[in-house]
Amino acid sequence: MSNIALPNEASDQRGNSFKVRAQSASEDARERADDTRPQPGSSAAAVLASEASDQRGNSFKVRAPDTRPQSGSSARAMLRHARYILGENTVTGVAFALFLVIVLAALVGPYLVPYDPLASDTAAALKAPSAAHWFGTDQLGRDVFSRVVVATRLDFFIAVASVALVFLMGGLAGVAAGFFGGWTDRVVGRIADTIMAFPLFVLAMGIVAALGNTVQNVVLATAIVNFPLYARVARAEANVRREAGFVQAARLSGNGEFRILLAQILPNIMPIMVVQMSLTMGYAILNAAGLSFIGLGVRPPTAEWGIMVAEGAAFMVSGEWWIAFFPGAALMVAVFCFNLLGDGLRDIVDPQRRT
Amino acid sequence: MTETVPLLDVADLTVEFSTRRGIVRAVEHIDVRIAKGETVGIVGESGSGKSVTSYAVMRILDRAGRIAAGAVHFTGLDVRAASEDQMRNLRGREMSMIFQNPRAALNPIRKVGRQIEDVLEQHSQVDSSALTDKAIEILDQVRIARPRERYHAYPFELSGGMCQRVVIALALACRPQLLIADEPTTGLDVTTQKTVMDLIVELTKRRGMSTILITHDLGLAASYCDRVVVMEKGRVVETAPSREIFTAPSQPYTRKLMRATPRPGVSLRDLLPEDDFIATGSGVRGLQTCQEGVTALPMGEGVRRPCSRAAPTDPTARARANGEASKTAAPLLVVEKLVKEYPRKGLGGFAKIFQRKPTPQPETFRAVDGISFTINRGESVGLVGESGCGKSTTSTMVMRLVDKSDGVIMFDGEDIGAIAAKAFAKLPMRKRIQMVFQDPTDSLNPRFTAARAIADPILRLGDVKGRAAVRARCETLARQVGLPLELLDRFPHQLSGGQKARVGIARAIALSPDLVILDEPTAALDVSVQAVVLNLLQELKDSLGMSYLFVSHDLNVVRLLCDRVIVMQAGRIVEQGPTEEILVSPQAQYTRDLLAAIPHPTFA
Repeated sequence: MSNIALPNEASDQRGNSFKVRAQSASEDARERADDTRPQPGSSAAAVLASEASDQRGNSFKVRAPDTRPQSGSSARAMLRHARYILGENTVTGVAFALFLVIVLAALVGPYLVPYDPLASDTAAALKAPSAAHWFGTDQLGRDVFSRVVVATRLDFFIAVASVALVFLMGGLAGVAAGFFGGWTDRVVGRIADTIMAFPLFVLAMGIVAALGNTVQNVVLATAIVNFPLYARVARAEANVRREAGFVQAARLSGNGEFRILLAQILPNIMPIMVVQMSLTMGYAILNAAGLSFIGLGVRPPTAEWGIMVAEGAAFMVSGEWWIAFFPGAALMVAVFCFNLLGDGLRDIVDPQRRT
Repeated sequence: MTETVPLLDVADLTVEFSTRRGIVRAVEHIDVRIAKGETVGIVGESGSGKSVTSYAVMRILDRAGRIAAGAVHFTGLDVRAASEDQMRNLRGREMSMIFQNPRAALNPIRKVGRQIEDVLEQHSQVDSSALTDKAIEILDQVRIARPRERYHAYPFELSGGMCQRVVIALALACRPQLLIADEPTTGLDVTTQKTVMDLIVELTKRRGMSTILITHDLGLAASYCDRVVVMEKGRVVETAPSREIFTAPSQPYTRKLMRATPRPGVSLRDLLPEDDFIATGSGVRGLQTCQEGVTALPMGEGVRRPCSRAAPTDPTARARANGEASKTAAPLLVVEKLVKEYPRKGLGGFAKIFQRKPTPQPETFRAVDGISFTINRGESVGLVGESGCGKSTTSTMVMRLVDKSDGVIMFDGEDIGAIAAKAFAKLPMRKRIQMVFQDPTDSLNPRFTAARAIADPILRLGDVKGRAAVRARCETLARQVGLPLELLDRFPHQLSGGQKARVGIARAIALSPDLVILDEPTAALDVSVQAVVLNLLQELKDSLGMSYLFVSHDLNVVRLLCDRVIVMQAGRIVEQGPTEEILVSPQAQYTRDLLAAIPHPTFA
């Protein structure tokens, strides 16, 4: 994990320090003064001088200014670092910019759009793209641009919620399977195998059809079909760290197995999981839109990309291409963005590709 | 340099790597010449650029690296200007390389014989009908017993030493003129190291080949090389015939390296550089004040450790102090007839049903076979043996990370062997037995800062409560192990090997344990860092009154730190007794073999 400041890494670190703080908050009063008394220099410190020089010897000479974490310039150093990484991975930079646009549209889009996405105006139905209606209007005279922008929130929410859910289910089950092995591993493995035995989209259709046609069930179905992906990645990553030195050291420090799992192993596989989440985010959006397209999940007249494509498809033959085209394009751009972002993150996280 | 045209001429070579933090110069303006038939050692600590130099010669630098300046000529051919085709012809046929990790260098899914054939075929040395015979002949030349059978072996079926022989066979298959051996024996036991090195030297001498031996081990270079090139920070510090360099090193860096190499007849303090030696004189005084500091501070469990003994600096004083200690108290650790059995991995499931003959082997494999020993309070005991002899299994059992199969482990009068390893983690007894791990990098969680790593045992088992108090305790420990306080908030990847070792030691002593198991704590470190860490360990033992069980394969290191030595072979103890006695007049043949296998350079 050298030198990259992934957002999750920072937050995770913060998470850890929070925990320490919370544990100690009540005890702060009992702090003893003598504990903080500085110690006279030991001979070890004398020896250290020699090692410090030796350490300088060991590291290569670096011509560029050292980005040593200092309290004052740490923010600037981090910025410089981010710029370097984005400079090395231009495509990832573009994907990241697109991602910001999507997030922005999801957050504030509904307040900025020129028309009410649900207000129909039959007088202005099926109008081609113009200055008044950038993406044209649909068969009920609703503004396609407004609907595409407003739909971002719902689609993005479904994707984020399902990915978060599958991370909790698959990620944790996989980590436990990899770390404990034995029966846990077998049970998780067979569940994953069972899910993978179905054509995934058909399975998602089945789940939504059985549980009911709601947004929650779309989220749940999307999460379940992605379960094996997360469980397998997490299992593999946890398994190689099972007997790592720091895990043994944690046992010696008196950590129970569950604590080791959550506090020692999980933070270490987070980068890989974040990559996985970004890659499946695109699939989740596609899955949700796909379900809506065939009439499962979200129902009209809600603005949602999948429904809009489904509704617009009928008008393609008569030449009103814009009704289906723009939500379709939005869908494509979103999926493209998440995949690129996932690829980029994977390259950044992969130590083999790092220079 | 009697010849006018050397076999290999590296002139003013500079290699640069472009990294995230800018351009890094790994090698700067170095000159190396190798004559035909010469064996040259390139010696240096990690990061000195010795491997990068050899990669530049073979032109196998990775993507980020490039030769920025200088020239490399091999038998008159300009390596820098040569086309990739020419280089491909050169590699393997004219110059070849032996890598550090033989297992990684061999293709795991290809039979070793086939891999040798691949090289021969690539350089069309023999026609295809004779390939197999030729490969078997080459296997025979590197002294692989029953080469016809081993031709069909996969790398995982062979031992480490055997794999390295196959790698040597691969390197020598096309009779190259230059062999580059990059730390060829680092992962191997001393006895295997000796046979492998003897083999390399014999084969290359007989064929009149030149050899570059890249190593961090001065003793090894001195024993096998004609000439030695000492590198530091990407520059050549000194080049001289090996006899000269070891009798009269002219450069301070070479002297420092030589001093730091553990060898017979020196004490721990002798390993530290001269200029530091003066500082260490005051260091003893510093140590005493340190001890006062330690006693003034509340220890983890509130026990104030007596600081009665003055820091013993010579071995006799140390032995005397320990003698007193052992007289006054019962042994700290008693191990009796300890056994660890592992089930043999046989054929399972369907294969078992279809198997005709029952396996003649017993169902279990005894990794540790009925060993008994004791450790007294304040004593350090060395556990020595080759890899696979059961020394690590023994230490993990004493550590209560693994359950024993049979026998007794008594710690301070209590039978801790009876407690299941899983349950032991949360007992108060846990904090009295701690461990320093072999690989400082692997044993630190990459997501924890140094302070968090040191605090971990304190938070779980310690009596110190409150964020500021824990932090203060961490800082005290950091001072004790000589870790600068500003490094406490760094992550492991931002620390050097020696600093990581210090974090590991600080974590092990955080709970003021009675017994610390040191599992080759310096095996992954450079000699100069090893010297410092060994001294630190000795100081901490004296000031905190801990006992050490020092697991190692390096007898020279054990000699420095331990009062008594236990020599293990194949799960059994072959010999145990006071260190000097065993190392000076070993009784068992195995101990004699171990001692003889250590390279003995002619130090003045």
